[in-house]
Amino acid sequence: MPPAPASLAATLARYARVYAALWRNSVARELAFKSNFLLWIVVEILWFTLQLTFINVIYLQTERIGDWTRWHVVLLIGASQFIQQLFQAFFLTNCSQLSELVRTGKLDFLLLLPLNTRFIVSLRQVDLGGFFNAGVGAAVMAYALHQLHLAVSPLQIFGFLCVSVIGVTIHYSLMLLLAAICFWTVQAQGIVWGYYNLFNVARLPDEAFHGFFRVFFTFAIPMLLVSNVPARVLLAKLDSPWPILQLVLMGAGCVLISEWGWRRSLRRYTSASS
Amino acid sequence: MKKYWHVINIGIQNNLTYRVNFLFRAVFGFVPLLATIYLWRAIYQGKNGADVAAWSLAEMTSYYLLVTVVDALTAVNDDDWQIAADIKDGNVSQFLLKPIDYLAYRLCLFLAGRLMYLAVAAVPVAVFIFCLRAYFIPPGGVLVILEFALALTLTALLQFFLAYTMALLAFWVLEVSTYILMLFAFEYLASGHLFPLDLLPPFWRGLLDYTPFPYQLYFPINVYLGRLPGPALLHGFLVQAGWVAATYVLARVVWARGLRKYSAVGG
Repeated sequence: MPPAPASLAATLARYARVYAALWRNSVARELAFKSNFLLWIVVEILWFTLQLTFINVIYLQTERIGDWTRWHVVLLIGASQFIQQLFQAFFLTNCSQLSELVRTGKLDFLLLLPLNTRFIVSLRQVDLGGFFNAGVGAAVMAYALHQLHLAVSPLQIFGFLCVSVIGVTIHYSLMLLLAAICFWTVQAQGIVWGYYNLFNVARLPDEAFHGFFRVFFTFAIPMLLVSNVPARVLLAKLDSPWPILQLVLMGAGCVLISEWGWRRSLRRYTSASS
Repeated sequence: MKKYWHVINIGIQNNLTYRVNFLFRAVFGFVPLLATIYLWRAIYQGKNGADVAAWSLAEMTSYYLLVTVVDALTAVNDDDWQIAADIKDGNVSQFLLKPIDYLAYRLCLFLAGRLMYLAVAAVPVAVFIFCLRAYFIPPGGVLVILEFALALTLTALLQFFLAYTMALLAFWVLEVSTYILMLFAFEYLASGHLFPLDLLPPFWRGLLDYTPFPYQLYFPINVYLGRLPGPALLHGFLVQAGWVAATYVLARVVWARGLRKYSAVGG
């Protein structure tokens, strides 16, 4: 039986309060290691600069890739960074810690909490640096738009944010699915690390790819959608609503599969001998 | 010498536990590589097959394939994190008491790790190269293979000594991972992981010549591809050997200074 509306509101309010407490915890944690917090931001900025350097060096050799010019791709990399960093802020640490929770049996404590386990596993910690780095990505996007002399309407920005949320959701669903492999193999850090390689695909222009690679990274692992579609929304580079539809459908598919995979994995959990 | 053989043996056995990790690492590693190769293909198509800065499409594809090969053979895996953890957790103390040299010990473990990684990654790498064989340039003769082997050995030593020295920072700071990742970012660009270094504007390319980074990847690949005329090759080997010696001395000096700071926390 579905919960009555009043109790649904109460449940949501309870989860909001729990999440607020988790935020306060995370802020306190970051404040305890301020210099480390700043150093991690420097690391992320370095890697971001690296990606921009790569594209700039490539555009020293060519004028365009498909019909993406240099500033188009800079915007794409900014969008990719924006989405990836939001994903990191909310989910990455939590997903990558899952294998440790399983290995040590600490997942027991989370299972005992009167909360949805997926909620608490996925959102335990917030990585505040991610928000700053997402801001850096947004700034690079703004600069690229300025270089392109493109005016962006509020509707486009709203659309961009909506498809970005779908992008973050896709990253999160796939990452949790991968991290859940640890219920089978226990040693899963390498798998989580492997996901980083997929980010590299997300920041490249879709038009560079054809054939199997394109199909696979659109319809199996939709990396060529997560940031290309948002970038196209901002650049008004959409000839048809079809890519947005693809993104929405693939996003829904990823959510469903990850929920299914998560439930199956959790059933395998036997705790660790203590 | 015998004790170090034991270390290698133990290292191989330890690394066997991680074979699934290694396999995932190798297979996932192909994704960005393949993406980059396709990206370059699209660029060459846009230019109707003309060379990019004296690189033909086949040479460019081979370049990225060789990046994988050199990486599989010489890159430090998580040796640096382990060394930092040894220092942080006080595990280093036991090496100060035993008649075993910590640097040699870690070098053996590094070697064992590479051997295991190679054993696991050889098949996927070979399959990958086979799939792209139309664009893969075979080595230009026995001499080239020998030169490549020498360059690889020096590269591995250089990679190791640099990572080792960096990890020794753990004597001074609590959390070294950010510093390791910063160095890694520089290496990634400056060693030629992202693109052949001669695509850079001459000023930056010249600047890199004064750093050890090109000798970690770009140099051995160029040796393989036979892109260096005789004198440049000899010069390259001398500079590479120089960097190996310099980083070795640096590693020893930093270790000696670090030990003075060392307080065996938790050990």
